[in-house]
Amino acid sequence: MNEDVNGHRHLLAIADVDRDFIISLLDSARSFAEVSTRPIKKVPALRGRTIANLFLEPSTRTRISFELAAKRLSADVISFSRTTSSISKGESLKDTAKTLVAMGVDAVVIRHSSAGAPKMLTGWVDCSVVNAGDGMHEHPTQALLDLFTMRERLGHLEGLKVAIVGDIDHSRVARSNIQALNKVGAEVLLVAPRSLLPERIEEMGVDITGSLEQALEWCDVLYLLRIQLERVEESRFPSLREYTLQYGLTKPRWQNLKRKPLVMHPGPMNRGVEIESSVADEVESVITGQVTAGVAVRMAVLYELLGGSHG
Amino acid sequence: MAFEARARVLDTEDLSRIIRRIAHEILERSKGSDDLALVGIRTRGVFLARRLGKMIEEIEGKPVAVGALDISLYRDDVATRGASSIGVTEIDLDTNDKKVVVVDDVLYTGRTIRAAMDAIMDFGRPQVIQLAVLVDRGHREVPIRADYVGKNVPTSGNEKVKVSLEEIDGVDMVEIGEER
Amino acid sequence: MDEGILIKGGRIISFPGGLRGEADVLVRGGVISRVERGIMPSGEEVIDASGCLVTPGLVDLHAHLREPGMEYKEDVASGSRAAVCGGYSAVFCMPNTEPAIDNSSVAEYVFDRGVDEGLCMVLPHGAITQGRRGEALAPMGEMGSCRAHVMGFSDDGNPLVDSEIMRRAMEYARSMGALIISHSEEKSLSAGGQMNEGYYSTFLGLRGMPAESEQIGVYRDLCLAEKTGARLHLAHLSTAGSVELVRTFKRRGIPVTCEVTPHHFSLNDSELLSYDTSLKMNPPLRSAANVEALLEGLADGTIDAIATDHAPHALHEKETEFDAAEFGVVGLETCLALVVTKLVETGVLSIEDAISKLTAVPARIMEMERRDYRARIQEGDPANLVVVNPEIEWTIDPLVFKSRSRNTPFAGWKVRGKVLHTIFRGRMVVQDGELVMRPPGVNEEDKTIVPTAASGRGAGEGG
Repeated sequence: MNEDVNGHRHLLAIADVDRDFIISLLDSARSFAEVSTRPIKKVPALRGRTIANLFLEPSTRTRISFELAAKRLSADVISFSRTTSSISKGESLKDTAKTLVAMGVDAVVIRHSSAGAPKMLTGWVDCSVVNAGDGMHEHPTQALLDLFTMRERLGHLEGLKVAIVGDIDHSRVARSNIQALNKVGAEVLLVAPRSLLPERIEEMGVDITGSLEQALEWCDVLYLLRIQLERVEESRFPSLREYTLQYGLTKPRWQNLKRKPLVMHPGPMNRGVEIESSVADEVESVITGQVTAGVAVRMAVLYELLGGSHG
Repeated sequence: MAFEARARVLDTEDLSRIIRRIAHEILERSKGSDDLALVGIRTRGVFLARRLGKMIEEIEGKPVAVGALDISLYRDDVATRGASSIGVTEIDLDTNDKKVVVVDDVLYTGRTIRAAMDAIMDFGRPQVIQLAVLVDRGHREVPIRADYVGKNVPTSGNEKVKVSLEEIDGVDMVEIGEER
Repeated sequence: MDEGILIKGGRIISFPGGLRGEADVLVRGGVISRVERGIMPSGEEVIDASGCLVTPGLVDLHAHLREPGMEYKEDVASGSRAAVCGGYSAVFCMPNTEPAIDNSSVAEYVFDRGVDEGLCMVLPHGAITQGRRGEALAPMGEMGSCRAHVMGFSDDGNPLVDSEIMRRAMEYARSMGALIISHSEEKSLSAGGQMNEGYYSTFLGLRGMPAESEQIGVYRDLCLAEKTGARLHLAHLSTAGSVELVRTFKRRGIPVTCEVTPHHFSLNDSELLSYDTSLKMNPPLRSAANVEALLEGLADGTIDAIATDHAPHALHEKETEFDAAEFGVVGLETCLALVVTKLVETGVLSIEDAISKLTAVPARIMEMERRDYRARIQEGDPANLVVVNPEIEWTIDPLVFKSRSRNTPFAGWKVRGKVLHTIFRGRMVVQDGELVMRPPGVNEEDKTIVPTAASGRGAGEGG
């Protein structure tokens, strides 16, 4: 979490936060998870605060999750998205930022297709900024909710063996998770053909394998990334069919496992591609649990930024 | 800043006498422990609520529901003072139509109790809400009064009341003094 | 009316030779009339140059002056002002204008705008292909024989994809005695790229441009130069592999020259951690190891010249998302100081070698004797001079740039080496670091000093 010269706090990247921040955020997320179990799932903590959801890239799940988190903290939420705002008419990010400043918002949650846009935004607004995913850079709240889920399900994070499978190159989820897991002392193994791995990713502190079988033997958590058809057009791999053959969590692969890892996915799943439908059904509870955790973690983040303990 | 004690207002024995007395008062006013629920406010109110619960169980011979409440998210001053880390609220009891007794260590401005009542209302609709405090030091800023008071301790605004409990502080006592 | 200028007590750098001793330089009637110690003033404007270097005016092989078409970024007037404040007497400008400089009328337009301004020579490079579309060749002969005497040809930011066209262009240029200037890049490898491909592009989630994209382009162009015998100049090299390729081909006697820019030898890709769009350029800032190789190439002479790749962009084109920001940095007003600070003070180059790469070498590459420019300070030479104090430390402040644009990553940098005075054709155009303004209309006289280049261009196998 960075604090800028005006005292506004931002969550832009897992790269910016340390282990203690992550752990204390996961702790308080547990309290926020409890709020969502109450008959009245709402606390007045951020009453009178206004949070702008600036989603400049299509996203339903993350946007709704942030919206719900804000509302459960009694904040007012306004939403801009690519299709409903003047941004689609070519308004620059800077002009949008100035509009938000004029509206007096207390925080902006931004999703943007360009890496670094949230960081750039902090220079133009006079409020907190939360990165809800920027290009191929980071998606810090996704990593936090994933760690939350791992910790709730498996009881600990340190020493946990996590295999991340799929299109690492285009994945901000992978970049944030790799760094978050490293910071809390988990081990990360990337499973992908070299053509889906970015340059020098090893230097981020991960091991690499091309063999899903090897990863399955090793891991406590199997984290599957969504694979997209357009990567075939980019010649990253020959076909979805071949991808499934090599890297898909198929029924036979799953059944053969003596020790079943926790299967996670940032959603939405491509049934029949990275995961066979029947396996998806079996592990669905974890993945929907990630969604629930998302609200709690985002409540904790918003509360930390806007009400959080300074110093 | 360090707390500098000027006088001890309550010691271990005073505390146990107060717990016993308030337990009896609650039972008398509530006509027994049926429908009774004790809700302690984090942090020290929770331990006081547990002690009261245990005492009531000893007297009545049956357990009474005790919950813990973290009111951070209901405070009216999050924006100005910043929030502390959030504790877990454990009210796994049904407060509907219950006689809820909110338990806290020190009653001062009354704002904490106001926030606690908002929180309790979100969990259900109690028949009645009452308030038990170990020390009432005055200086109310909202119209709230305690139903059960361990000791009234008149203070000035710059004084501080420090409550120590065996469970977390290793010793039972209440001191008055100043922050330096 | 011309009382002349007397520059007293400076150390002279003149080529060939390099650093001379202290001497006074008397300028009169547009030329250097005396160079010796102890010249007594007799009514001239006297400049105290003690502790300073007196060097030939600098020559930039590679700038974008944006006129015609993108005057909101820069025009010949603002670009000339920036150039002379940076110590330049001649600026070669790239043809990626709107319309492109792909025929004599646009070339003459740009050239004449420079003459109108009268601060320095503004010398257009021409496009290799019409409209810089990489298809049909542009009329090199026509551009070469027009008033602007275009000698260098480049499609710059749009490197020729089609190797066959590049081959024919080189062959044709050879017959014209012209120079092909290549921004070498295999675009299919760098498509969508925002920065150097490496650890930092991975960390930042920005699409990378691999070093190999440049090196494949460099190798192709070197091979074609070897085959065709054309003179080739490689623009803004940025990778170790490119430097090594040039070294190899030079050893084989291929007539190739190359340049680097101050930003490529001053910065590396780790700076991008800030997502500062003023660090976005093409070629991108490379890794520290590549920067080391550039320094080596400069030191051993593999890299011939230092050029700015001055690429002005308006604020709104840089104050935007990284992916959307334009490529390029301004450089005319900071080049010399960065050379002094990053190359001379660090011992990579001697001051005379550094000045040579900014004057004599680019002048030789562009055959500037034809334009009456010599990187020499000698009696009878046209007086294109700079007085530089290499000791003065100053802070780069884009707000005082004379360029219309401010896109520099060096804002706030403390650098050494300041241009104090620039003399162009005997006239003081920069004095004490400030532009000397002249009343409008006076420039007309300069039109008579249009260079008299050799007219035999276009015949025979030049080069």
